Amino acid sequence: MTLVSQATPPARSGTSPAFLRKIVVDPWLFGIFALVTLSVLVFAALPIFVVMKQAVVTDHGFDLGVLIDTLSQSFVWTSFLNTLLLGATSAVIATAAGFLLAFCATRTTMPGKTFVHGVALLPIISPPFVMALAVVILFGRSGLITRELLGIRNANVYGFHSLVLIQSLAFTPIAYLNIRGMLQSIDTALEDASASLGASRWTTFSRVTLPLVTPAILSSTLLVFVKSVEDFGNPMLIGGNYNTLAVEAYSQMVGYFNLQAGALLASLMLVPSMTAFLIHRYWVSKRSYVTVTGKPSTQTIRISGGVVVPLTLGCYAIVAAILLFYLTVVYVSFTKLPGVNNTLTLDHYATVFTAGFQTLTNSLLLAGIATPITAIAGMLIAYLLIRKAFPGSFLLRWATLLSFAAPGTILGIGYVSTFNAAPLLLTGTAFIVVAAMVVKNLQVGIEAGSNQLRQIDKSIEEASTILGASNTRTFFQVTLPLLKPALFTSLSYALTRSLTTLSAVIFLVSANWTLITVTILSQVETLKLGVAAAYCSILVFVVLAILAVMQLVLNSASKR
Amino acid sequence: MSKVIFSNITKRFPGVAGATAVDRLNLTIEEGTLVTLLGPSGCGKTTTLRMLAGFETPSDGTITIGGRDVTNVPVNARNVGMVFQSYALFPHMTVRENVEYGVRLLSLPKAEMKDRVNTILETMALAQYADRSPSRLSGGQQQRVALARAVVTQPKVLLFDEPLSNLDAQLRERMRDELRAIQLRLGITSLYVTHDQSEAMAISDRVVVMRNGVIEQDDSPLNVYSRPGTGFVAEFMGKANILNGKVEAVDDTTVSVRIASTVAFALARNGRDFKLGQAVRCVVRPEHIRVDADGTMEAKVRRVVFQGAYVEYLTDLEGQECVFLDTDYYKSGVAEVGQTLKLSIDSRPVWVLPETETATLGKAA
Ligand SMILES: Nc1ncnc2c1ncn2[C@@H]1O[C@H](COP(=O)(O)OP(=O)(O)OP(=O)(O)O)[C@@H](O)[C@H]1O
Ligand SMILES: [Mg+2]
Repeated sequence: MTLVSQATPPARSGTSPAFLRKIVVDPWLFGIFALVTLSVLVFAALPIFVVMKQAVVTDHGFDLGVLIDTLSQSFVWTSFLNTLLLGATSAVIATAAGFLLAFCATRTTMPGKTFVHGVALLPIISPPFVMALAVVILFGRSGLITRELLGIRNANVYGFHSLVLIQSLAFTPIAYLNIRGMLQSIDTALEDASASLGASRWTTFSRVTLPLVTPAILSSTLLVFVKSVEDFGNPMLIGGNYNTLAVEAYSQMVGYFNLQAGALLASLMLVPSMTAFLIHRYWVSKRSYVTVTGKPSTQTIRISGGVVVPLTLGCYAIVAAILLFYLTVVYVSFTKLPGVNNTLTLDHYATVFTAGFQTLTNSLLLAGIATPITAIAGMLIAYLLIRKAFPGSFLLRWATLLSFAAPGTILGIGYVSTFNAAPLLLTGTAFIVVAAMVVKNLQVGIEAGSNQLRQIDKSIEEASTILGASNTRTFFQVTLPLLKPALFTSLSYALTRSLTTLSAVIFLVSANWTLITVTILSQVETLKLGVAAAYCSILVFVVLAILAVMQLVLNSASKR
Repeated sequence: MSKVIFSNITKRFPGVAGATAVDRLNLTIEEGTLVTLLGPSGCGKTTTLRMLAGFETPSDGTITIGGRDVTNVPVNARNVGMVFQSYALFPHMTVRENVEYGVRLLSLPKAEMKDRVNTILETMALAQYADRSPSRLSGGQQQRVALARAVVTQPKVLLFDEPLSNLDAQLRERMRDELRAIQLRLGITSLYVTHDQSEAMAISDRVVVMRNGVIEQDDSPLNVYSRPGTGFVAEFMGKANILNGKVEAVDDTTVSVRIASTVAFALARNGRDFKLGQAVRCVVRPEHIRVDADGTMEAKVRRVVFQGAYVEYLTDLEGQECVFLDTDYYKSGVAEVGQTLKLSIDSRPVWVLPETETATLGKAA
């Protein structure tokens, strides 16, 4: 007689563990996942680790002596503290300015909001060092304001004060957009409720509005801080003796060929960047009271009358400063020798379109290649992470986060060090530049794609699968089209960033593949301000034109 | 060809300690029939349906469709159709493109593909909307597109997850009848999930009542309503009084049960065994109790709810709660709280619950 236990039926044969089954069901998609993860690891994580290793390991292996030697040199700590001070100052000022703009735009009767909005976005779509160029032109030794207007002969434009001015203005839009978004998603009924309970306008502002936007304020501060730490062009051009980590790393690498010091400085940049980034990701963003409902909350404008006047003047001052800087650049691009010979001319443009044309087409070509790759890869990764939790997803998630949080400088140095030998001998090629562009801008697309995916009913994709489509097909025929808005965000961001990036690619350009931003930098350094201004103007114009065309395409495509 | 069999299907979700969404479920869907899974929220209906679709993998057990074990077959190779609660129409495609989507994947000759799509669009009265975006259709029309898209590929099994819950009450009834008509015409084996008992009874060949991942009763709509296997089923299938009683007398064909000093019934025994003095629970539907000046039953009114078409009384029957509906209130007037009413019960539909709560005894009767 045999006894058969009824409690636990025997395991079915041929059953594979859940995680294996995921792979077996969709080998193609898993293949894509594996490929994407591997690429991200090689092109995002590996270079950063290589730099960190270089910082502590010399030709003779791990050498504590060298490390201590480098660390004990004053330039390391000076530049580290400089970076922190500049970052903190710019972050506070830019956030305050951004808050002012955002509050006026969403809560007051300030006239000319569209115009203010448009101007406030200019710095986002142009290389940050356009500002630096303008400042040199306006306030430099032969500056249009300092010398022409005020007659000051020995104005010193270089240093901390200029950097703060420039970075604050250049990064105000980041804070503005961030805070504006949150103000818009807060139902003004909350403020009305406070008013109806008898609170004064000030009480409502300080007890209701301000606490509700605090997460956005903190998040803006941290983001601007990260941007400031990462900024290379402005400190390079206008820092003078005020060296930041990005500049110091560059000069150690390129000026003194001191790889170890360069790597160490670049690694040090990770400290403030990663700290700010992690605080942002794991603390600030969890503190938001705003729930995304998908429908816009009601927005009524309640603040009018006397208080609006000083607020409006503040906004106009910011806008005027931005406009002044940009118009100066445009003006100078048409001027023979600004401050010396102010006759109008097209010479600089002639130079750009003849001798300097290559660099412009290079930038357009490489950014043109990098942009669609960045955007589609971003959507694909978002899909893989949100919808398909393949084993190993965490690697992909962390590698992309790392590449986003890490400053361009460390990525640039990492690329040079990692891809200079077989089998990954890529230095000097266009490929390495494109890879840097893609990796640096991937995360924004992933973020936008993930947010959108969470709002797309999962059953739409299930409907496609159950009708017989594979997951790969479902992604390209159903998911990707539905991600169009996120795709557009990602495309615009990737394009602007790729065209205006400097900190990473400056290490990667070669004689064959030089980029417009690098050219502008060297033009400014050699004081060919007119040509630099012409390049900047063209760059801003090109970005604006492409964005406009993309917007048109998007609009016509969604009209059906 | 497309009979569906769930054998010993269990589903545990990882991370939810101890919770079993579906527990050793055995269910057969005969070829061409429509079976409804009915039950309260969270009882495992959707999970069961999604395991048949292939979106979830059973932790244990097997599922066969037409004799073929599909337990480990991926979703897109199962040849099942599904109508989603949210319809899940592709918003970036027209109605025609939506319907065409699955057919294209069958690699049929172009002419046949066109033909199939056009035929189904005609059948569903959608031809005139073929080139519209689904967002510009009414809820009922969207529902029909979803159905057209699901059946055009001629799936072996058709699945519905609360397909009507997004529609308003009137449209819901019409669409319900349309769904059933099309299912019958195509003769397609179907599994239908709902938590609306009247919808379940109206549309199904069999109703499967679930509770906490377990089947409570698997029976015809009529039996599930009038011969519930458990008190849970009785109460889930509509308003029910479950009254405690005692067996007073048993003979060859009848059993006499006393509920209260003024109420006793003689019921057909139908071959079931009863012992003298045995405690039993009787299901009495409110619609089978009426106000009757000549009635022997007496109950005291506790609450009166006026509902327009009828008055709902909650009464006290010697300590037991008893609810009934009076549609004739206009004749004798509405009673007041505290008043004692004379009532009578139509004893023919009274049902004595089988003793064990887990049995599916409706079938035995
Ligand atoms: N993906 C999941 N992960 C963890 N638990 C789940 C998951 N899906 C369902 N469950 C759990 O399994 C149980 C059954 O869920 P199921 O969705 O099948 O219920 P349902 O009967 O369809 O309910 P409703 O009427 O609310 O749709 C629930 O307790 C639910 O919380
Ligand atoms: Mg459900």
